Amino acid sequence: MASKLTTSNAAGWAFALPGFGLICLFIVVPFFLAFALSLTNQRLISPNPTEYVGFANYKSLLSLAVITLEPERDEDGEIVRDEDGTPEYPRVRTITRNPDFPEYRGMREWFRWHSGDNARVVVASDVVFMKALVNTLTFALVIAPGQGGLALLLALLINQRLRGINIFRTIYFMPVVVSIVVVSLLWRFIYDGNDGLLNNLLSGLTFGLFEPIDWLGRTDTALGSIIAMSIWQAVGFHMVIWLAGLQTISPTLYEVAQIEGASKWQTFRYVTWPGLRNTAVLVLIVITMQAFALFAQIDVMTNGGPLDSTQTLVFQAVERGYGKQDISGGSTISVVLFLIVLTISLVQRYLTRERS
Amino acid sequence: MAVVSRDNRGLRLAVRYLVLVLVAVVFMFPLVFMIVSSLKPTQQLLSDTASLRAFLPVGDISLDNYFAAFARAPVGLFVFNSMLITIITVSASIFLCSLAAFSFVYLNWRGSGLVLSIALATLIIPFETIAIPLLLFVSRLPWIGMNGIEIGWLNTYHVQIIPWIADALTIFLFVQYFKDLPGELVEAARAEGASWWQIYRKVVMPLSGPVLATAAILKSLKMYNEQYLWPLIVVQDEAHRPIMVGLGYFFQLDVAWGEVMAYLSVITVPVLVFYLVLQRAFIASIASTGVKG
Repeated sequence: MASKLTTSNAAGWAFALPGFGLICLFIVVPFFLAFALSLTNQRLISPNPTEYVGFANYKSLLSLAVITLEPERDEDGEIVRDEDGTPEYPRVRTITRNPDFPEYRGMREWFRWHSGDNARVVVASDVVFMKALVNTLTFALVIAPGQGGLALLLALLINQRLRGINIFRTIYFMPVVVSIVVVSLLWRFIYDGNDGLLNNLLSGLTFGLFEPIDWLGRTDTALGSIIAMSIWQAVGFHMVIWLAGLQTISPTLYEVAQIEGASKWQTFRYVTWPGLRNTAVLVLIVITMQAFALFAQIDVMTNGGPLDSTQTLVFQAVERGYGKQDISGGSTISVVLFLIVLTISLVQRYLTRERS
Repeated sequence: MAVVSRDNRGLRLAVRYLVLVLVAVVFMFPLVFMIVSSLKPTQQLLSDTASLRAFLPVGDISLDNYFAAFARAPVGLFVFNSMLITIITVSASIFLCSLAAFSFVYLNWRGSGLVLSIALATLIIPFETIAIPLLLFVSRLPWIGMNGIEIGWLNTYHVQIIPWIADALTIFLFVQYFKDLPGELVEAARAEGASWWQIYRKVVMPLSGPVLATAAILKSLKMYNEQYLWPLIVVQDEAHRPIMVGLGYFFQLDVAWGEVMAYLSVITVPVLVFYLVLQRAFIASIASTGVKG
């Protein structure tokens, strides 16, 4: 638009180049570098020259297999059972360390289930990575609808015409301007198993019936606790985005709905929600992208524990790329992470596209 | 159906406010706890968590934790580092990104559309996916310093500044804003023989107050609050350490929670005050990332 008086190639480049050059150098270059490095054995500091290794890094990250174990049998062919009557199985390592099965070499058990008397064991070449992958997906899958939905509720709550409503808006947004690092530390104290505020609060509300829980120290509560805290910190951000969306809906539409005698739910369903379509896409994509970047909370609160129940992809990429100076391993996880983010945002865009 | 008695209306109003207040308590209590606790000795802080005293400045109130925190760690240095990094990055970002956006919107040059598309496409790349290759990259970059040419940017200020200056979101914000400015102003200035640089400085920038505030607020929050992963991996020495990484100091052998709360308050309260004073601009800046997207 605007001035097409003259074509100014030189001035145009000169003005755009500093900013664009920095983006190329520090975003585009490392982005392609990640792909290239993932095909090598590059280390941060190494006396040996870097070698091309093909897809070996991906193979050692992503390899999965299912092994069927038959129960141990005694001389009569009867299944050997322990005291509880559960069949006993040969150890997985009799297969993964067996030279007759080179394809399972170096793999470890991830999880198993039983079918009939047999046990099926899923083995992975990198169990920690698999756990990180599942945790990250779980985190994103819970937080995208959870945080997006709560933010919408808050936006509807704050969109009322009431005296002093701005004060509440200010308060709800407040955690957004507090660093996630600070918030994580603060909540480490709130979640503490002994003197934690949350335990004290719950035991106060139940008159002492509630048994204190070490929220971050248990495999079944740690990730959930981090999810709840993350929502608490960021929900105000998306509340404001929903609010901006709500305010673009013409008041005339609401007047018409009122004249037609629409109920509150009908008004929301047929006036508000269609008007929020674009906002919904944006909120969903932004939350999902942030969810996959989960790192600070883990680093401050749990270090991936207990028992890898809060490992995440970024945490693993950093632990390998920086902690172990294994740049190629960290880059491989980064590429996998990027491909997941890309796929999900393309799918979200496709599912929420305008239907004509 | 529509008849609502006055009492009923009063009750409904009360319920509405009750809900609003309860939600407000949920968002407030950790922050109140943080600030109140920073004034208490660790022993009292821990015992107070058993009751509502946790949220009240009662008992043995003093600033001792603050003095202890400053004695334990170079808190002043960390705050200075973060401020320096934030101020330089934000200023440079606003200048270079607005300049680029100005070029994309007003200067009709060959390839500008493609270049803008490439810049905006980087929005899809989360920083976390390039951190590790970028670490290797900056560890091999040259720098001209006091002692001539050095290789490697690790443990410096500039490694925390230069990669963060240009970003797609800031360019996008300026592009959106410039597109909505009346183009006639630029054309008139151009017809009078003003140079592009003069138009940028004298015509467009003076009209850009709102977008400047938005870009500055978003970028400042990013640089001051969210710089954690990157400095963690590129800065090991204390001299260049920013505040969020400096927290590690308080988790050595014994965790003195009173001091931790004091440190957290030192780094958080200024931002909160800033927010409360400028809250309209803060909220407008977040909103503007959404509406036009």
